[in-house]
Amino acid sequence: MRTLRDVKVGEKAIVVKVKGEGHLRKRIMDMGITKGCEVAVIKVAPLGDPVEITLRGYDLSIRRQEAESIEVE
Amino acid sequence: MSIRIALAGNPNCGKTTMFNRLTGSSQRVGNWPGVTIDRKEGRLKGQEGVTVVDLPGIYSLSPYSPEEVVSRDFLLNDRPDAVVNIVDATNLERNLYLTTQILEVGIPTVIALNMIDVIRKEGVEIDKAELSKRLGCPVVETSALKGDGLEELIKEVMAAPARGAGSYPRYSDGLEAHISKVSELIKGHVPDESVRWYATKFLERDSMALEAVPAEVAEEVEKVAAAMEKEFDDEADSIVAGARYDHIGGIISAAVKRDDRRGKETTSDKIDKIVTNRWLGLPIFAAVMFTIYYISITTIGTLGSDWVNDTLFGETLIPGVDEWLSSNDVNGVLSGLIVEGIVAGVGAVIGFLPQMLVLFILLVILEECGYMARVAFVMDRVFRRFGLSGKSFIPILVGTGCGVPGIMATRAIEGKKERRITAMTTTFIPCSAKLPIIAMIAGALFFQSAWVALSTYFLGILCILMSGVILKKWHSMTGAPAPFIMELPPYHAPGLFTVIRSTLERGWAFCKKAGTFIMLACAIVWFLSAFDWGLNMVDDIQNSMLSDIGMSLKWVFVPLGWGDDWEFTIGTITGLVAKENVVGTFGVLFGYAEPSEVGEEFWDIVAARFGPGSLGQLAGYSFLAFNLICAPCFAAIGALRGELGSWKDTGKAVLYQCALAYVIALIIFQFGSILLGGGFQIWLLLAAAALVGLVYLLAAKDPFKAIGRGLLRRPADE
Ligand SMILES: Nc1nc2c(ncn2[C@@H]2O[C@H](COP(=O)(O)OP(=O)(O)OP(=O)(O)O)[C@@H](O)[C@H]2O)c(=O)[nH]1
Ligand SMILES: [Mg+2]
Repeated sequence: MRTLRDVKVGEKAIVVKVKGEGHLRKRIMDMGITKGCEVAVIKVAPLGDPVEITLRGYDLSIRRQEAESIEVE
Repeated sequence: MSIRIALAGNPNCGKTTMFNRLTGSSQRVGNWPGVTIDRKEGRLKGQEGVTVVDLPGIYSLSPYSPEEVVSRDFLLNDRPDAVVNIVDATNLERNLYLTTQILEVGIPTVIALNMIDVIRKEGVEIDKAELSKRLGCPVVETSALKGDGLEELIKEVMAAPARGAGSYPRYSDGLEAHISKVSELIKGHVPDESVRWYATKFLERDSMALEAVPAEVAEEVEKVAAAMEKEFDDEADSIVAGARYDHIGGIISAAVKRDDRRGKETTSDKIDKIVTNRWLGLPIFAAVMFTIYYISITTIGTLGSDWVNDTLFGETLIPGVDEWLSSNDVNGVLSGLIVEGIVAGVGAVIGFLPQMLVLFILLVILEECGYMARVAFVMDRVFRRFGLSGKSFIPILVGTGCGVPGIMATRAIEGKKERRITAMTTTFIPCSAKLPIIAMIAGALFFQSAWVALSTYFLGILCILMSGVILKKWHSMTGAPAPFIMELPPYHAPGLFTVIRSTLERGWAFCKKAGTFIMLACAIVWFLSAFDWGLNMVDDIQNSMLSDIGMSLKWVFVPLGWGDDWEFTIGTITGLVAKENVVGTFGVLFGYAEPSEVGEEFWDIVAARFGPGSLGQLAGYSFLAFNLICAPCFAAIGALRGELGSWKDTGKAVLYQCALAYVIALIIFQFGSILLGGGFQIWLLLAAAALVGLVYLLAAKDPFKAIGRGLLRRPADE
């Protein structure tokens, strides 16, 4: 399954599912990353991690490792 | 009648700015999420008996970091009479997610559609009547920064308690059916007004909420949740979060009439293209930091400080005080206390006010413009490797102004491990109070070179990174790394009013400290240096009480190259009260011979005491390094206690800081002096052992287990 980690800079994707549990999962959903939401990856930090994404009209920084728990299509 | 109003909302939506407006306070604000870390109360201006409570920002009412729990507990358990839900209009969709939850709690709510100035400029139009209708509560357009819409907000808020709670959001029929089932189950177990809130939180399986009901009820609720998951073929929390966002989507499409931002690159995007660019990001960060310290410590800052020292003190104040004292025939002891103690000591410190003000202005601008969150973004990769998080950089930058708010700012770091390590190491970075020590050493021994100051910042960062590696191996520090999911707020130009107010606030805090703690410390230092144990005034300072105290302790620092001069030991000790005291003490001990020449003259004496040539410089630098890294001032230690939670842990942390400072200064001096041809000293062996110990702690997998459980001591100290 493709995850947000695989989305290249400049590409968009639709969230299918948030995996994982506890803290991380809750935080991801509270920030608006929910099923059906459109997410665009806009930048990678100078050292390759984290990445900057845009969703619901605002910018968010998220580590690649955490992006892995977001399934997209 | 007394009323309590809570300000609640997402992080960085402008709650504290609003609070400051409403109450006339000056709590700290900044353009990054997580500035406020505790609730603050104030009285509403112009109204009797109305208390306003500022809360830490939250993204939802299921919090996890400690400061977020404060907000939830306050809304749920303390039940304010009304809530002002501050909504960042530039980020409506995500802000309303919290709004749906606040409305469910059942407290009368007014929505402040904040940052209205920004969206008007960006060409966004929000139909406030439609928004109000759909949300079922009054909506007021505000700009906390400019002070617009406040009267209307106050009017609505004052009417809110009488009006009562509005309606709560209604989701799809399928979900509503499950919510009502749960509501039936829990009625009587939770407060009546909040049944709706608890019902939805239970369906999300919120563990904190579930504690509110007996286990058998929780079991019944679980059955409903499971049934719902089956029906929707999705996980419970995802169903509820999705439903909230669907609901909000409906509101947005009805209420947002125009949005020119759509599909366009905003100014923030353009700035970010450069500032967090793959290649430019790190150099820009280094350049920003360099510029800040360069400007405040050398150029503009020194101009001001020179004027204060030479003109204000040297030519006006000190001769004036002198003259006044002699013409009024003031008692010799008293005039000694005033001239040699207070004026010389406090004067040596207050002279740095201009430099500090310049630093404060630059830091306030940095905090306000939105760059801090970008620094966390750019540096996360580096810091994670060392057991910290990109967010650790925010406390560190705040700490360059003052360690106390720096340490407190660590509370917004989600991971316990990262949070505690950051709190313990933040003060390694030189704060403004250490600036006088740096400037004194640079001025007395290094011809005012800007590199001295810069090197101390690098040394601070190095110590933080090393400590990250060492401390993450400490047993109580283990734990899963926390997520780094952070909002990057849009840049904005800092408000002139905010910059001036925050700068003066910080400058004033420094003056107050100079007038109290530092003055007292200087008076005590003078007293101890002017009398012997029999309370007879001494002519030669070497016969004084202070000399005896210093002599009995100075051996500790002999390996660091501070030589036979007990004054350095005393300065270090008084620095614990406030770091400015190091210079203040020297002002008293070295500066009083010629009170009319406070500035340069006393630096010459300091330089002479450290000895001639490069070895003297080395000793001075070792003194500097120790004083910067060792235990911070008492205020910062108190703040550390607040974050670490116990005096025991705080004690260990302070011990660690002192040990590290000692080791670093020892290594610098002993190895440096060999390189500079200073000859072999027996202490070189100690330094070598310390270096080996340090490397061992850095490289070994589980050094603390090997050294002894719970005991934080470096091999070199044993
Ligand atoms: N343009 C504009 N800026 C605002 C407004 N209100 C607040 N700000 C700015 O937004 C930033 C955040 O403000 P704060 O008051 O610190 O936000 P907060 O909600 O208290 O944030 P936390 O304490 O982190 O939860 C600051 O830089 C403010 O200057 C407004 O109405 N218009
Ligand atoms: Mg705040």
